[in-house]
Amino acid sequence: MSDKNSFEPRIVAFFCNWCTYTAADLAGTARMSYAPNVRVVRIMCSGRLDPQFVLAAFREGADGVLVGGCHPGDCHYQEGNYKALRRVTLLKRLLKSFGIEEERFRLEWIAASEGDKVQRVINEMTETVRKLGPLHLEKPDITASHETVKVAGVSAGGTR
Amino acid sequence: MSKPKVAFYWCASCGGCEETVVDLNEAILNVVAAVDIVLWPVALDFKRSDVEKMPDGSIAVSFINGAIRSSEQFEMVEMLRKKSGLVVAFGSCAQLGGIPGLGNLFDRRGLLETVYKTCPSLTNGNTTTPVTSTKVEKGTLSLPELWDTVKTLDQVIKVDYYLPGCPPPPNLIADAVNAILSGKLPPSGSVLAPDMALCEDCPRRDSKPDKIQLSGFHRPHEIIIDPDKCLLAQGLLCLGSVTRQGCGSVCVNGNMPCTGCMGPTSHVADYGAKALSAIASMVDSNDEAEITAILDKIADPLGTFYRYSLPASLLHRAYAAGTNGGKK
Amino acid sequence: MPRQIVVDPITRLEGHGKIDIILDDKGNVERAYFQVPELRGFERFAIGRPSEDMPQITSRICGVCPTAHHMASTKALDDLYKVTPPPAALKVREMLYNIFFIEDHALHFFYLGGPDFVVGPKADKGSRNILGVLGKVGQEVGLKVIGTRKELRELMILAMGKAIHPVFGLPGGISKPISKDDRPRFVKAAQTAVEFGQFCLNVFDNIVLKNPQYMEYITSEAYTHKTYYMGMVDEKNRINFYDGPLRVVTPDGKEYVKFPGGDYLKHLAEHVEPWSYIKFTYLKGVGWKDFVEGSDSGVMGVAPLGRLNASEGMATPLAQEAYDMYMKTCGGRPVHFTLATHWARLVELLYAAERMQELANDDETYSPDVRVIPTEKPTEGIGVVEAPRGTLIHHYQTDDKGLITMANLIVATQNNAARIAMSVDRAARKLINNGEVDDGILNMVEMAFRAYDPCNGCATHTLPGHMPLIVNLYDREKRLLREIRRD
Ligand code: SF4
Ligand code: SF4
Ligand code: SF4
Ligand code: FES
Repeated sequence: MSDKNSFEPRIVAFFCNWCTYTAADLAGTARMSYAPNVRVVRIMCSGRLDPQFVLAAFREGADGVLVGGCHPGDCHYQEGNYKALRRVTLLKRLLKSFGIEEERFRLEWIAASEGDKVQRVINEMTETVRKLGPLHLEKPDITASHETVKVAGVSAGGTR
Repeated sequence: MSKPKVAFYWCASCGGCEETVVDLNEAILNVVAAVDIVLWPVALDFKRSDVEKMPDGSIAVSFINGAIRSSEQFEMVEMLRKKSGLVVAFGSCAQLGGIPGLGNLFDRRGLLETVYKTCPSLTNGNTTTPVTSTKVEKGTLSLPELWDTVKTLDQVIKVDYYLPGCPPPPNLIADAVNAILSGKLPPSGSVLAPDMALCEDCPRRDSKPDKIQLSGFHRPHEIIIDPDKCLLAQGLLCLGSVTRQGCGSVCVNGNMPCTGCMGPTSHVADYGAKALSAIASMVDSNDEAEITAILDKIADPLGTFYRYSLPASLLHRAYAAGTNGGKK
Repeated sequence: MPRQIVVDPITRLEGHGKIDIILDDKGNVERAYFQVPELRGFERFAIGRPSEDMPQITSRICGVCPTAHHMASTKALDDLYKVTPPPAALKVREMLYNIFFIEDHALHFFYLGGPDFVVGPKADKGSRNILGVLGKVGQEVGLKVIGTRKELRELMILAMGKAIHPVFGLPGGISKPISKDDRPRFVKAAQTAVEFGQFCLNVFDNIVLKNPQYMEYITSEAYTHKTYYMGMVDEKNRINFYDGPLRVVTPDGKEYVKFPGGDYLKHLAEHVEPWSYIKFTYLKGVGWKDFVEGSDSGVMGVAPLGRLNASEGMATPLAQEAYDMYMKTCGGRPVHFTLATHWARLVELLYAAERMQELANDDETYSPDVRVIPTEKPTEGIGVVEAPRGTLIHHYQTDDKGLITMANLIVATQNNAARIAMSVDRAARKLINNGEVDDGILNMVEMAFRAYDPCNGCATHTLPGHMPLIVNLYDREKRLLREIRRD
């Protein structure tokens, strides 16, 4: 229905404070242009990415979710990014079963110095999601929902 | 002094939540003596008309089991809500959607197709499918329409308390009834069971390593299961670490992994996502290909992690026509 | 002026069974329809699930007979992986299955259907429940009933993990053996159960059989249907609940066919009506001829009535005596009186107790060897058991990983559904004349329901509890002419 070319995907990005978040900052200050479709959420480590955040993002209207963490071996907390990799691997399969295409969810290792990589990844992802079109999760009409409240309580970096 | 009035009601349920009340055994006689049961379709005479006539708020507590999947069920629970001081969502179906909630992997059309079109035992060449309205000679017969999406009780009415489990263990039921009778209730919205993980209470917890690292997963029929050792440490998908305790670890005592019927503890919004997170992070590898291979042994992530809670998940259901539970 | 009556046992609530009666111009019954207005679709959401999870998933079809689904499913997994469990596993399964039968049949007799008879169909409805039963048989006996049930349930938890929704079934065996240390408990409980079975038959004898009025109900024409019958039998054509071929007898009691459960598609088929979600099972070889009885119609009866008819006796001595007595009193095999089901159920209860006793006293039951690890590649499996309410069939196909690609379930109540519909129609015809609706229809219809103990929970999700009834009599403009309710 909606014209795919005029569709501007909304992408939620969870970026590790120590690497990708800094890189995105760098890209911003260096005026490397990347698609304005991304809302960045800073997390302390990709290992702090709770799969609940990802589901919540999709539910609240994201068409894609991007996760950025430190390169293997570079995580400030040693193991965090490996944990993220394991979770993301399984989460991808789960999302597929939910009817959410794999391409809408992406994990990338991006070092603090790699402003250009942030730019490239964001642009790529925006195009991929644009091609997929909007994610239609028609919300079942739920009148009294306790979980909205609870999710709000799960703040970024909160539970593991 | 008149005894407090209590109602039991069922929606899309299996009846196990009624049986578990019978499993109170002789304690049920005490319950019956202490309260005035105004509605309990399975064991006592049904009195819907009487309930309708009762003033709003005159039932002390209604225990409602089963998921909600039709307007008729919705109307009934709405009525009970009005008549009741407290509403307790009884069992995983009411609390989280339960196993019938797996219906949210599909839509109604697909469901009818499987049952009335592709099923192998139908009369050859069957073309009939039940419809909501059938003209027969001199009359019309009607059937209620089923909702596409199965819902939890608190997605349609306000719920005061939850009794978890599939079905809830009799001792928790007895405790809940006592708490209600004595007025010693926790804050509204609470789940009436200990707010700790099953592992803490499990007879095998001593054999559970502090940090579990798994280089593979097994399905229960693939291995001889050690009757004493932590099941997760044996590579079985035991969900005790993310599941609320209170059942007495009955499945583990049956030498089978916990599948999570008691639902999450209070810190978790989405049980399945939490379970996935906990299990995935235990994979003992840092190599992408190896991680993928190990996790591929989990044959059905959605059906496993959301066995009892798909309707309560953040996404509520699977989307898009043709979604078929993870298979191409 | 055509009119329509809706007998909606649950008023306008979501579906626990519903009856529509259409009258002709003279106000006589044109046709009564028994409808099941609910469907949960387990066959659909089974697709994609690991087959080994099916025993636990399908048990949620019904919390009254979860063990039946668990067992049929587990047997389907044995077949799926072409694996034969060790003898001990089979014995434990069968013993627990019989414990479940005792407990389920007792539940029906004391809590659900039985109160009608024990307390009396005309008794104050407020007393027709377990409490009324206790009043009638005495508190002491009542507590014994509760105590017996409790011990049986505890043994079920001990062996199966959970009594409601067991977890022990695996392809090739069970998740854990029963320890030798627990043997005395099983032996003792079995003895109590046998006594309990005899006690139940006594209660029935004293309260029901000695009362000519009850006997009149039982033999009443309204509930008599000459149909085929089906049930599982052993090699000597005696009843077995856990394993054996299915035997079908004709309306005059001759063997029509005997076939292994795996061949069910050759012999059984399901008829669909647009006005009910339940599918009506019938004998394929005879064919679907509408809701009619006789040897030309594929309609059949299952559950206790059907099983006793389809067998030539019981495999245990006390139950055999009870069987002979039953057949003699009811005029010989096959018994077509639907209400005799209550009695047949108690004969089965005694058999289940005696069978439990045999297995509890068998050394092999306590052998630690209860697992065989499947090695074959899974493709297709069929598992059949007798559920308390009739033959139950689970049929799965899977991919190489053992994920379900097709699940077909033929549940107990479906096999009886056409016969139930006929009883309802018969009762309506008998009681409604020239537009006069006798209030008694409520009693009659309810009695029919209860005898069948139709577990719509299996077919849909309801329990055979005390059914409230409302008859609405409408004129053609759907104006309410009259309402009769008993709730
Ligand atoms: S929670 Fe479990 S026992 Fe209760 S109705 Fe649902 S499936 Fe049945
Ligand atoms: S993982 Fe399972 S077996 Fe291990 S301690 Fe927890 S509940 Fe017990
Ligand atoms: S062990 Fe897990 S699945 Fe089993 S009853 Fe307890 S909480 Fe439910
Ligand atoms: S600190 Fe960046 S991924 Fe862990």
